Amino acid sequence: MPRRKTFVHAIGLLIMLALPLAADAAGEPFLTTVASRVLIYALVAVSLDLILGFGAMVSFGHGAFFGIGAFVVGILTHHSYEATAIAFLPGDWTGTTAALIQWPLAMVIAGLFALVIGAMCLRTSGVYFIMITLAFAQMLYYFMTSLPTYGGQDGLNLWERSTLPLLDMYDDTQFYYVTCALLLAFMALARRIVGSRFGMVLRGCKQNETRMKALGFPVYRYKLAAFVIAGMGAGLAGALAANHTEFVGPGLMHWTRSGEIMVMVILGGMGTIFGPVLGAATLLMMEETLSGFTEHWMVFLGPFLVFVVLFARKGLYGWLVGREADDDG
Amino acid sequence: MTADPILQVTGLTKHFGAVRAADDLTFSVKRGEIHALIGPNGAGKSTTIGQLSGEIRPDGGRVAFNGRDITRMPTYRRARKGLQRSYQITSLFPEFTAEDNVAMAIQSQQGHSFRFWTRARRDRALRLPAREALRRVGLEDMANLKVTELAHGQQRQLELAMTLATEPSMLLLDEPMAGMGRRETQGMMEILRSLKGDVAILLVEHDMDVVFALADVVSVLVKGSVQMTGTPDEVRDDTEVRRAYLGDG
Repeated sequence: MPRRKTFVHAIGLLIMLALPLAADAAGEPFLTTVASRVLIYALVAVSLDLILGFGAMVSFGHGAFFGIGAFVVGILTHHSYEATAIAFLPGDWTGTTAALIQWPLAMVIAGLFALVIGAMCLRTSGVYFIMITLAFAQMLYYFMTSLPTYGGQDGLNLWERSTLPLLDMYDDTQFYYVTCALLLAFMALARRIVGSRFGMVLRGCKQNETRMKALGFPVYRYKLAAFVIAGMGAGLAGALAANHTEFVGPGLMHWTRSGEIMVMVILGGMGTIFGPVLGAATLLMMEETLSGFTEHWMVFLGPFLVFVVLFARKGLYGWLVGREADDDG
Repeated sequence: MTADPILQVTGLTKHFGAVRAADDLTFSVKRGEIHALIGPNGAGKSTTIGQLSGEIRPDGGRVAFNGRDITRMPTYRRARKGLQRSYQITSLFPEFTAEDNVAMAIQSQQGHSFRFWTRARRDRALRLPAREALRRVGLEDMANLKVTELAHGQQRQLELAMTLATEPSMLLLDEPMAGMGRRETQGMMEILRSLKGDVAILLVEHDMDVVFALADVVSVLVKGSVQMTGTPDEVRDDTEVRRAYLGDG
């Protein structure tokens, strides 16, 4: 029975749930804000791992969907604030700040982009797939950079955070728990997906795609569906990120951001649900502490990453739970 | 059993540069029979299997399966129509258990897999037939072992269990006995013999004892085309074949 795994998961969940209380008790409430950022990146990392770790689709453009999610929130809020109609839409909808509209819309639009981009990228594989996903993300990055309506290179300030009924998104603790709930929901969903028939097909493609075709699976459709689900997860994370920093810029789509998300997944453990959360926490904590000493903090990250990749199978998560890291995330 | 062939290959041609892997290749396989394809190294046996399964695009010619032209059909659709292959080099899912591997084959036969919620590993519709298929090839005790923990011969048996689990009407077997010990070879021959009459088999095999013991029909492939076709006895006695391939005379 997977004792050690259950134990590690329980500790992880406990830390996630108790963190704002502990931060307040320690008299360091800003830690809650830092932790919210970690959870947002954990969400986008988990979504990437769904295709990277379970489907062996090395997407180097996941930041694009993250950025799209953020821009959906940014643009809707911008129009709502200025009371101007959104171009190219029928009628004269002036946007909204309601999270219950903004966030699902962020997911849907990120998902649609993932559908179109994925449909083209998944015709390729291997290094070509890495390069073409990167190329699409950079295209979107330059597109947003050169779009003055929405701030261009300078980005957009979010004049008002998304509004949720009964909750105050300006309260750091409440913001944290909303993010936490969404992350846990996505993780639970990812876990079910990975163990389902669909998930088995995805994992089969990772191990031996030729054989999957020989068995009669139209693998392209399944991989595309996974790509879209991952894009939607990233879109939701982007919507949260826009609220967190109250700013939306094309930097969210830059390839370095996609690389960072990928590092989180690899560091935490590819092909696990919990690992990317661990990876996001570790990377952002390293950044937070080390960048206080030197701006060249990545000098320390590099060797650490190499060490983890070489010696810890399934990343930090594999190191924590040992052999049990294998089945079903 | 009807007289018309289940597989009809007509004028199949495939060149790799100057190498002719298939050169106006024509032959047919009848329902339920074991048809062996023999020939020296580089005669184009594996390439032929690849073209029949759809993994290699032929330059010309026609492949008909059950009377339908499948020359341009993608691999997964051929597999769905009952034309399954196994590989010369073991081709499995190494991170999965033996049972997972067979369950995957069964899943491929049960409609689409856009099912995101129910746990596949607890799905009786997959697991029960998977266990049955493993029993058929004598691997029931290995169900929960990972592929990497199986011996080579057991991996070959697993490979066959997967292929059989899809209930094919025709199998393309590329050296199913490769690397097997004597006893494992015997076991595999028993299984193949038990399929005779139900499943048509195109068998590529180097071990002549196996070929002559199992095959109903033998075709000799030389430089991408069929040099002769006949019963095992006819082929064994043919002097041309002996000189070209069997190495004596």
